[in-house]
Amino acid sequence: MADLFELVKAAAETEDPVAVATVIEGPNTGSKLVLRPGEELAGTLGHPDLDRVVARDMAGELAAGRTGVRHYGEHGEAREDTVAVFIESFAPPPQMVIFGAVDFTAALARVAKVLGYRVTVCDARPVFATPARFPVADAVVVKWPNDLLDEIGASLGPRDAVCVLTHDNKFDVPAIQGALVTEVGYIGVMGSRKTHDSRTGRLREAGVTDAELARLMSPVGLDIGARTPEETAVSICAEIIAQRAGRAAPNLKEGDGAIH
Amino acid sequence: MNDLSRWRAAGKSSAVARVVRLEGSGPRDPGAAMAVCEDGSVVGSVSGGCVEGAVVEEALQIIQTGERRMVSFGYSDDEAFAVGLTCGGTIHLFIEPFDW
Repeated sequence: MADLFELVKAAAETEDPVAVATVIEGPNTGSKLVLRPGEELAGTLGHPDLDRVVARDMAGELAAGRTGVRHYGEHGEAREDTVAVFIESFAPPPQMVIFGAVDFTAALARVAKVLGYRVTVCDARPVFATPARFPVADAVVVKWPNDLLDEIGASLGPRDAVCVLTHDNKFDVPAIQGALVTEVGYIGVMGSRKTHDSRTGRLREAGVTDAELARLMSPVGLDIGARTPEETAVSICAEIIAQRAGRAAPNLKEGDGAIH
Repeated sequence: MNDLSRWRAAGKSSAVARVVRLEGSGPRDPGAAMAVCEDGSVVGSVSGGCVEGAVVEEALQIIQTGERRMVSFGYSDDEAFAVGLTCGGTIHLFIEPFDW
């Protein structure tokens, strides 16, 4: 069985998606099945029919990034519960793409890393977009925003975030337009109310619709009185979490619902 | 995972506890994991610190016996000093020897 762990560990190290199913109750408790999309299944839960049914569910759970318990019959029967299988998804980390190589970017990259994001910093100006200025970033790219988004836009999904911190219309408008055609879950755009108003005008002129404008978190961040780059980074990341969770982000003290 | 590899390479036995199910309020979602080495080293966590001590005890026992099993922790209302989650939920853990 020792090979299974090595397979999972190798996939985790290369950030390739992998799902592990373990029988936690029923016959063959402890037996495991490992699914890597596009690769052969490894291990067995004790019966080929059970393996086949569980593998199908693993693929679905992995695509959704979910981890939890499912029940089956001994041969994979759907309406039985003799076998409880724990399916763990190890999805690649979510991505954050930050446009604009400014001080706020360095702080945001640090906070995003704490939250487990793979961080890419992009700016068209080679003087500012250097790995030395953003040592925690996974990639620092010198490109125009639309060029980078043409390349990686298709890989952005609901768990990912794009933050536009340039607050220069020349960069902002193509970055926002490029982000709006992706499936990215969060688009935050920095700037004062004044910058926001003038940028909204520019975006409309460029053909951005009201529905698209509504998708933008602009001005970016929660209203926590953030001043410094670090505080602003916390306010942005808190907004990302709240948006993903569908919460309005008031103080917990003011509410009475469940915390988790 | 690196710790598990390191312990294995050093010839030490270990066990892994994972949150598989949560009822009601609980601090960590399914998938949260904690690994315990026979020498007493611990990595990861399965709650906000409420049940980790008890999980280490269970894991050390499981390293000895080699028997994998489910262990649940609920709210310890009536027994003030018993182990439980203070947030009112119940967590179900699967603890198994690291033999795969």
